[in-house]
Amino acid sequence: MGELVLAEGGEFAPPGAKDFFLPPIFGGVTKPMVLVVLSVIIIAVFFLLATRSFKLVPSKFQFIAESVYDMGRNTIAREQIGGKDFKPFVPLIVTLFTFVLVNNLFGIIPLIQFPTMSHIGFPLAVSVLVVYPVYHFVGFKRHGFVGYLRNQLFPPGVPKPVYVLLAPIEFFSKFIMNPITLAIRVFAAMFAGHLILLVFTLAGEYLLLEAGGALKPVSLLSFAFAIAMTFLEALIQVIQAYIFALLSASYIGMALASDH
Amino acid sequence: MVNTLILAEDAPSPVLPHPSELILGLIAFLLLLWVMQKFVAPRFEALYSERAAKIEGGIERAEQAQAEAQKALDEYKAQLAEARAEAARIRDDARAEGTQIVEELREQAQAESARIVAQGQHQLDAQRAQIVAELRADLGRVAVELAGKVVGEALEDEARRRGTVDRFLNELDAVAAPATK
Repeated sequence: MGELVLAEGGEFAPPGAKDFFLPPIFGGVTKPMVLVVLSVIIIAVFFLLATRSFKLVPSKFQFIAESVYDMGRNTIAREQIGGKDFKPFVPLIVTLFTFVLVNNLFGIIPLIQFPTMSHIGFPLAVSVLVVYPVYHFVGFKRHGFVGYLRNQLFPPGVPKPVYVLLAPIEFFSKFIMNPITLAIRVFAAMFAGHLILLVFTLAGEYLLLEAGGALKPVSLLSFAFAIAMTFLEALIQVIQAYIFALLSASYIGMALASDH
Repeated sequence: MVNTLILAEDAPSPVLPHPSELILGLIAFLLLLWVMQKFVAPRFEALYSERAAKIEGGIERAEQAQAEAQKALDEYKAQLAEARAEAARIRDDARAEGTQIVEELREQAQAESARIVAQGQHQLDAQRAQIVAELRADLGRVAVELAGKVVGEALEDEARRRGTVDRFLNELDAVAAPATK
């Protein structure tokens, strides 16, 4: 709050949404666009290199790649979709996990320092244009059009009159809100996290350079907070990537389940 | 928050997606998904199935080896027991044979000693008989000579002389006989 008070008094301009929209690097290409392409290259190269010469007894590099793949495959996909059906979805879930993870981690990697997912277009592209169609498609394919709708909108074990309320709510949540909340969850976390880092870093810089002598040491506190928040951000970025993949797998699992 | 909103007015709204980012995000994601689906996942799955097969094969082989080892052990135990029984049997046989041999030897020795004793006895008897016969002849002659010298007369009557000597000797035999028995 101290920084905000200062901002009103001096020339301190608190960071805001404008800081997320940097001028294009060239043409219409912006920093997040470069980063998202970079993330694809990083992940693809990482996995292709790791899997190029597989050994039964893994090397260190292979072990890391296996751990990441296993995370998506066993911890997320198999748990959420079930041991019977999860195999075809493993590439999707692993891709979701690593794609969101790397793009999130860009937020704290020095020099890059921008979480791609704080631009809502990217998480929306993945959730609304990929996850949403996939889980409804497999649901319709598994249960047929009517069967799937009945499964999704009329969960068993509920007194009949309640369906008047429940069915519209289920429809609203499953066909409209799920993909949007999936995207907004990671977007909001990345946006807010990046903003917090900006606030503490810019405030520290301003306090150090512009503030009166007595207030200068406070900048140290501000920088310390920025560093502490960076560690917290690292945790949140990993958790958000995990949640994104977990919920996507969970939607697929629910669409495939005969009753839930 | 208020400040952020005021300042955000001239910036694009952060909750409205840019079409270009939507399209790029979709393409980038689908590209990555394609790479994962086409190359990465099959390699991982192949590795996992290979590893599972290896482990299962290893377990199977280990079980087989264990069964074989167990079989061999049983065989060895059976052979060992058999060998022990054989050894015990041989030992018993040897012992029985030994006692038999000892018994036979003892019998032989006893027979031999009996034979030697009998032979000695026999020789003694023969020598004694010979000595007795010699002595008997000499004793008769000496006694007659002695008697002739003592009496001073010739004992011409042969038949009478023979009768006297024989009667004396028979008396002598009768006295000596209980002593030899």
